[in-house]
Amino acid sequence: MTKTMPEDLDNRRTSPNRTDVGIAGSESAEPIVVFEDVSIAFDLKPVLRNVSFAVHRGETRIILGPAGGGKSVLMKLVDGLIRPDSGVIRVFGEDVTKMREVELFKLRGRIGMVFQESALFDSLSVEDNVAYRLHEDQVPEEEAHKRVIEALQFVELEQTIEKFPSELSGGMRRRVSIARAIISNPDLILYDSPTGGLDPITSTTIVDLVVKQRDVSHTTALMITHRLQDAFLLARNHFNSKTGKVEPIPDGGIDDSTKFLVLNEGKVVFDGETQELVHSNDPWLKDYLS
Amino acid sequence: MPFVSPEIFAKQRIAAIQDYSILSWHAVVNLFSRPRYWADIYTQMDSIGVGSMPIVVLTGFFTGCVLALQSATSLQEFGSVSLTGNLVALSMVRELGPVLTGLMVSGRNASGMASELGSMKVTEQIDAMRALGTDPVRKLVTPRLYATIFMLFFLTIVSDAVGIAGGALVSVALLGLNASSYFHNSYRALAYADVVQGLTKPLFSGFIIATVGCYFGMNTKGGTQGVGKSTTQAVVISSVFIIVVDFIVSRAMIGIFGR
Repeated sequence: MTKTMPEDLDNRRTSPNRTDVGIAGSESAEPIVVFEDVSIAFDLKPVLRNVSFAVHRGETRIILGPAGGGKSVLMKLVDGLIRPDSGVIRVFGEDVTKMREVELFKLRGRIGMVFQESALFDSLSVEDNVAYRLHEDQVPEEEAHKRVIEALQFVELEQTIEKFPSELSGGMRRRVSIARAIISNPDLILYDSPTGGLDPITSTTIVDLVVKQRDVSHTTALMITHRLQDAFLLARNHFNSKTGKVEPIPDGGIDDSTKFLVLNEGKVVFDGETQELVHSNDPWLKDYLS
Repeated sequence: MPFVSPEIFAKQRIAAIQDYSILSWHAVVNLFSRPRYWADIYTQMDSIGVGSMPIVVLTGFFTGCVLALQSATSLQEFGSVSLTGNLVALSMVRELGPVLTGLMVSGRNASGMASELGSMKVTEQIDAMRALGTDPVRKLVTPRLYATIFMLFFLTIVSDAVGIAGGALVSVALLGLNASSYFHNSYRALAYADVVQGLTKPLFSGFIIATVGCYFGMNTKGGTQGVGKSTTQAVVISSVFIIVVDFIVSRAMIGIFGR
């Protein structure tokens, strides 16, 4: 894998291949995810402090920052799994901080989530894990099986359909987790450190899947990563539908739907595009990216 | 473990009771609305009920045996060995059958529930379930609650029956009593109130086992060590609760039926 450092991106221009996403057109539309002055503390220790940002339709937002900076908490807040102490979180225009759990279950039907440690149900087979949501929605068994095959083919793991999570490697579990998240064609996907704890080659496989999902379905996504090279791999690659492979964007282009949010000690230190990030004069950010 | 002020300690305990009450309430009322997970209820019935049969049968049988043996020694002093059947039947049906079955099932299943749900909690499977649009209380707690209450009722009947059979074996083989007279005395000793009392207790015990086991499982923190702690707490607290509630139910039943 070629490691891409921020300096490599200095002179890149935005990708010419992303006109179909309609980012420009959606700027005026209601953002998919909005955080307004959100704060949360655990045992009196502040984890997020006055966090505000917005994610628009079709955007892939990469969340960077040191460990313990509140990234996973932010992801769980988006899905309504925990509630903030103050502030407003709107997802698809609905205020998740005021919704009852029953209402949140419906909203979560539009959101796919990939957990840090995969969080596959260890007593269920790969097929039952991936089809979990379909079974809950009473989808006929034949159709559910067909869709499971499709989802597993997307992550190139159709041969594992009868296995159990304990029989899979860490990378395979993450890929099954991605298949489980995308099977219902969600409008928003949350990737919580999908490459965490994986070797570089497996990490690249996972990032390739995220790129493929981004460019095939144009689904809005939030992705946490600790690895800068994964983040910049996402920014400078695209999925070529003709070759069926993830390739660097020609002429050193940058995917314009991929944006960054950097958190440090519970505060937003950067919110913007790839070029702005690499040209930032913030000393902490420069140090972090170097 | 750090010391906390009495005020914080009291608040934590009250919050825990509140959380336990809310969980129990939701677990009970979930059965009256959709979706209902019948397949999970049957699976839990098999796991809790059928799976607990061997320990319940063995415990009940040998309790009946030892009860006959011990009571015969005392009854002999009064020349009333023939009343062994009465004593075994009354003791098993009113008290020992329900309590011992509750304690054995608590040791086996409250720990199982706490460790299973606790492992799911620490590996984010509970959060994953919520993220996939499923209510974990409805999917995990409600089936365990109803399966435990339903199966503990029948396990208690089995325990009572094998306990009386165990008493019969000792009475006939070791004490030289007549089998027909033993069973006749056992049957005559039991009144409607005794049976009602004996079969009301497992309903409470089942509720305690499932709700306490699931509560500690769902509130597990701190990785594998936390799972172990939850499991221990679930067994200890459910066992103590079973005995305390047994006393309360016994007193209430004596008040209602006069025996």
